[in-house]
Amino acid sequence: MSIGTISAGADTAPASPAPSGRNPRRGGARRSGAAKGWLFNLPYILGFLGVYVAPVVYAVWQSMEKQMRSGLGFGAPRTVFAGFGNFTTVFEDGGFWSSIVRVILIAVVEIPVVLGLALIMALLLDVVGRRTAKYFRLGFLVPYMVPGVVATLIWLYLYSPIASPFVSAAKHFGTTIDFFTSVTTYFSLGNVLVWEQIGFNMILISAALQAVPRELFEAARIDGAGEARIAWSVKVPAVRPVLVFTGMFSIIAMLQLFTEPIILRQLNPGAISTTFTPMQSIYTSTFSDLNYDYAAAMSVVLALVTGVLAFVFYRFTTRRAAA
Amino acid sequence: MTRSRRPVLPIALMVLFLAYSLFPVWWLLVSSTKSLSDLYQTFGLTFAHWNLGSNISQTLDYQNHIYLHWVWNSIVYSTLGAFGCTLISVAAGYGMAKFKFRGRGALFAVTIGCSLLPGALLALPLYLLFSKIGLVGSMWSLLIPYWVNPFCVYLGRVYADSSVPDELLEAARLDGASETRIFGSISLRLMMTGAVTIFILDFIAIWNNFFLPLFMLSGQNSFPVVLGLYSWNEQVLQSQDMTNLVITGSLLSVIPLAVFMISLQRYWRSGILVGSLK
Repeated sequence: MSIGTISAGADTAPASPAPSGRNPRRGGARRSGAAKGWLFNLPYILGFLGVYVAPVVYAVWQSMEKQMRSGLGFGAPRTVFAGFGNFTTVFEDGGFWSSIVRVILIAVVEIPVVLGLALIMALLLDVVGRRTAKYFRLGFLVPYMVPGVVATLIWLYLYSPIASPFVSAAKHFGTTIDFFTSVTTYFSLGNVLVWEQIGFNMILISAALQAVPRELFEAARIDGAGEARIAWSVKVPAVRPVLVFTGMFSIIAMLQLFTEPIILRQLNPGAISTTFTPMQSIYTSTFSDLNYDYAAAMSVVLALVTGVLAFVFYRFTTRRAAA
Repeated sequence: MTRSRRPVLPIALMVLFLAYSLFPVWWLLVSSTKSLSDLYQTFGLTFAHWNLGSNISQTLDYQNHIYLHWVWNSIVYSTLGAFGCTLISVAAGYGMAKFKFRGRGALFAVTIGCSLLPGALLALPLYLLFSKIGLVGSMWSLLIPYWVNPFCVYLGRVYADSSVPDELLEAARLDGASETRIFGSISLRLMMTGAVTIFILDFIAIWNNFFLPLFMLSGQNSFPVVLGLYSWNEQVLQSQDMTNLVITGSLLSVIPLAVFMISLQRYWRSGILVGSLK
C-alpha cells in the first residue's frame, strides 16, 4: 500500500499500540490519517502560530514592560520589567473605562434596533410574493456592498453642516439640525452602524426563516392564527438561534468600534474625541503618544473584557432559551 | 381567505426600508455629478449641472494618478490575500474533515473560537510584532495576516464535509492513488464551489479592510483604496477642495465591488449562511 510509505517517519501523533505486523486497512489508514491530517493543516497551523499566538504572546509580554525599545531586544535587557504596572494604570484610567462603557451603551441601543428592524424586514419579505421579495432583498443588501469606510464618508457628508440635504431641507422649513451635539452624536453614529449592518442581518434571518418547514405555518393557519400571530409565535422562535448568534457577534464587534467614529471625527473633532472608543484609545496611544507598552496593556484588557462579555451574553441567552 | 389579500402594509413598510437603504447611495451618485459649488449650493438628492466627467478626470489625475495606484493595490492585496487564504483554508478544512488525528477536536475548537474574534483586536499585537521584525510597511504585513483566517478554515471544513464523499476517497486509496494526488485531482475539484465562495468572501473582506492597512502602512503609494479615501478626507479639514475627489473616488471604488458582488451573489450568499446557521 502506498498510503503509509511517505508518512511513516513523519507521524507526529505516535500511533497507539500498533500491531507489529502490517495491518493494511485499519492500522495503516489511521497512522497515515494522523500524519496526513496534520500535513494538510500544517500551513494553517504555522500561520496561526505566527499571526495569532506569537503577536498575542508578544503583546502580553510587552504590556509588562515599561522603558521599552532599547534598540535590539537582547544584549542589553535594560528594559524595566513593570509587571502589572501598566495594567494598574489601565485600571485607573478613567478615560479608557468610560470609553468601554460608552461602546457598551451604544451596543445596548444599536444592536436591538438592528436586529429588530432586520427581523421585521425578514418577516415582511417572507409574506410578500417570492419575486417581489427577490428585488427588495437585493435593494436591502446594497448597504452591505458599500465598504464601511465609504458608508461612513457618505453619512459624514449627509451630516455635514454645509453639504447635508437634511440641513438644507431643515433650513427651508426654518429650523436647524445639529448632528453633533453631545446627544445627537450618538444617534448620528448609531445610524451609520444601523445602516451598514441591517441588510446583512436581514439576509441571515431571512435564510433561517426559509429553512423552517412551511407546513408549520400552514398548520398554524388552519388552527386559525393570523399572519401577525404566526410571525410572532412560530417564525420568531424559529429564528431565535440566529438572533442570539448575530447578537453575540455584534457585541464583540461593537467593542472594537473604530472605523466609523474615527472618520466622523474628521467632520467634528470636538464631538468625538481621540479616546471616544477603546480602540481609538489604543490607536492614539500607539501612534500619537508612541506608548506601545500602554497600548499593549489596553489591548489585553480589551480582549479580556470582550471575552467576558461574549461569555456572559452567551450564557444569559442560552439559559433564557432553556427556561 | 387571508392568503389572497394583497399585502399592502408590508409592501409599504418595505418601500420605506428600501428608501432608507438606498438614498445615501443615491446621494453619492448625484453628488459625484456636481461641481464643488453645486455640491454646497444645490439640494443633495437632485441633480444640478452635470459635472461627472470633470470630477472623474480630476480624481484620476490627482497626484500622478495616485487613485489608480490605490485601486491597483486593493486588487493586488485582495487577490493575493484571498488566493492564499483559500488554498490554506481548503487544505486545512479538508484535513480536519477527512482525517482522524490527535488534536483535531482541539484544533477545530480553537478555529471556531478565533473565527469570532474581530480582526481589529489583533491589529495592535500584529503591528508590535511586525515592527519588531521589520515587516511593517511592506506588503507582507498585510498578506501574511490575510492568509490565516479561521473563519475561512471553518468554511473549508464545512464544504469538505458536505462535498467530498468518504467512499470516493476510500476507492481512490484502494486504487493506489497518493493522498496528494487524491486531494489535487478529486477533492479539490469537488470542493471548487466552496473554494470559490471562500475566495469571494475573503476578497470582499480584504477590499473593505481599513484597520490593518491603517496600522501597517505609512507610504501613500502602498495604500489600498479605502485607506486612500480616508487620507484624502483627512485633508478636507485643511483644504476643502478634496471633497469632490473623495465623493467621486468613493463612487468609483464602490462600483466594481458592487458589480462583482451582484454577479457572484449565489456564491457568497451561501457562504455567509453556512457561517451562521450551522
